[in-house]
Amino acid sequence: MAKVKHDIGIAKPRSSLNNKTGSWRTEARPKFLQKNCIGCKICLLICPEGCITGEAKNTYNCDYLYCKGCGECAVICPKKDIEMVKE
Amino acid sequence: MKQFIEGSKAVALAVKLARPGVISAYPITPQTHIVEELAQLIADGEMKAEFVNVESEHSAASVVLGSTATGVRSFTATSSQGFLLMIEVLFNIAGMRLPLVMTCANRAISAPLNIWNDQQDSMTARDSGWIQLYAENNQEVVDLHIQAYKIAENKEIMLPVMVCMDGFILTHGAEVVDIPDQTLVDKFLPAFELSDKLDINNPKTLGAFADPDHYTEARYAMQVANDNALKIIPQVADEFKKIFGRVSGGLIEGYRIEDAEQVIVAMGSVVGTIKDVVDELRAEGKKAGVLKIVTYRPFPAEVVYRALKDIPQIAVLEKAVSLGASGPLHIDLKSVLCGREGKISRVSGFVIGLGGRDITKNSIREVFDSLSKEEVSCKFVGLKLG
Repeated sequence: MAKVKHDIGIAKPRSSLNNKTGSWRTEARPKFLQKNCIGCKICLLICPEGCITGEAKNTYNCDYLYCKGCGECAVICPKKDIEMVKE
Repeated sequence: MKQFIEGSKAVALAVKLARPGVISAYPITPQTHIVEELAQLIADGEMKAEFVNVESEHSAASVVLGSTATGVRSFTATSSQGFLLMIEVLFNIAGMRLPLVMTCANRAISAPLNIWNDQQDSMTARDSGWIQLYAENNQEVVDLHIQAYKIAENKEIMLPVMVCMDGFILTHGAEVVDIPDQTLVDKFLPAFELSDKLDINNPKTLGAFADPDHYTEARYAMQVANDNALKIIPQVADEFKKIFGRVSGGLIEGYRIEDAEQVIVAMGSVVGTIKDVVDELRAEGKKAGVLKIVTYRPFPAEVVYRALKDIPQIAVLEKAVSLGASGPLHIDLKSVLCGREGKISRVSGFVIGLGGRDITKNSIREVFDSLSKEEVSCKFVGLKLG
């Protein structure tokens, strides 16, 4: 019987960290200005990659290894404290 | 014990003997009697399993995908439009390498609406990775269901198995069927254990994202598992014979083909009718035979070639058509026989019995008769035109 991997597609928790989706960004990346942030966490919650972290006001940022540059965080920020900048 | 019962009930009893823990299905003609009977067995306390009622076949297939993934032997059944509604999930079940067993009570596909038998429904899933077994009669239906779990759960295979039985002809036909003893089935079919199962204490995702670096290898692994199945299915049939004393299943069955000059290749219940015609033709001195394909996927190319290589005139008779090409089995057979050594001079393709049209002994005689004429690739038998 041939030796092949029959468990492709079976993923353990946190294995998605292996997929560095930051390379998908094409034109723009979010810039967290950390000036008018009120710590509402909406950017963190809406991020499809779950790559935004932060706790207190003006502490939020994202991990560019995973950020795909979709811009959802910049659109949703009620204080316009995240802006999309050219790569 | 031998019983005179309807095919659907025989399926239910065979499934009961395999001791599944979860059954989920949605009613559809002509499959309904199968799950109706199973639901009754569970309601009466004669069978210990959970019957999950659902709102569609897509959900039914999803339920048994999930239950199999948690390591519980499961069962579902469907037909025709329900089959088509399941098909997205069917590909996922195969891709996740879940050894589920389902029955396809073969029925035509709309439009036009038709509830009667042909094999177009299961044919639409021939590329899904499911193993497909086609039954000739209700004894074989029972035996194939019991073998199906053993094939599916083999560690070298780990693919779902679909047992295809002709709607109405088998599902609603009553005949004498030997229902095996539970103790023998338990001996043949050990309890199901899934090594990579969903488990809250050891969390994992099945069927996760596979990027272009990995997807090809996942599909290749399924192809290898299909190759393994070609070796293992005959072994399972041998083991079945040892325990139950009956030859059933396997890859193919030849009937009077050893010295035959004309052979029809077919699948399912029509093979029984062809056998009768073969006997009549033999009595008239004609060297006729029939080759039954039991295992259609994986396609047993080498054993089919070896069985047919010295037969000059071959016909494929099938209840499905790949519209715009020819019958699926005809296409497969052509690709297997093309350019190989042997005495084959023609492989003609005939489409017959669509949407429940009767296949008479005369229509099969016509096919045998026309074999001595020029090769045809997609002749519809018994067309009523004009």
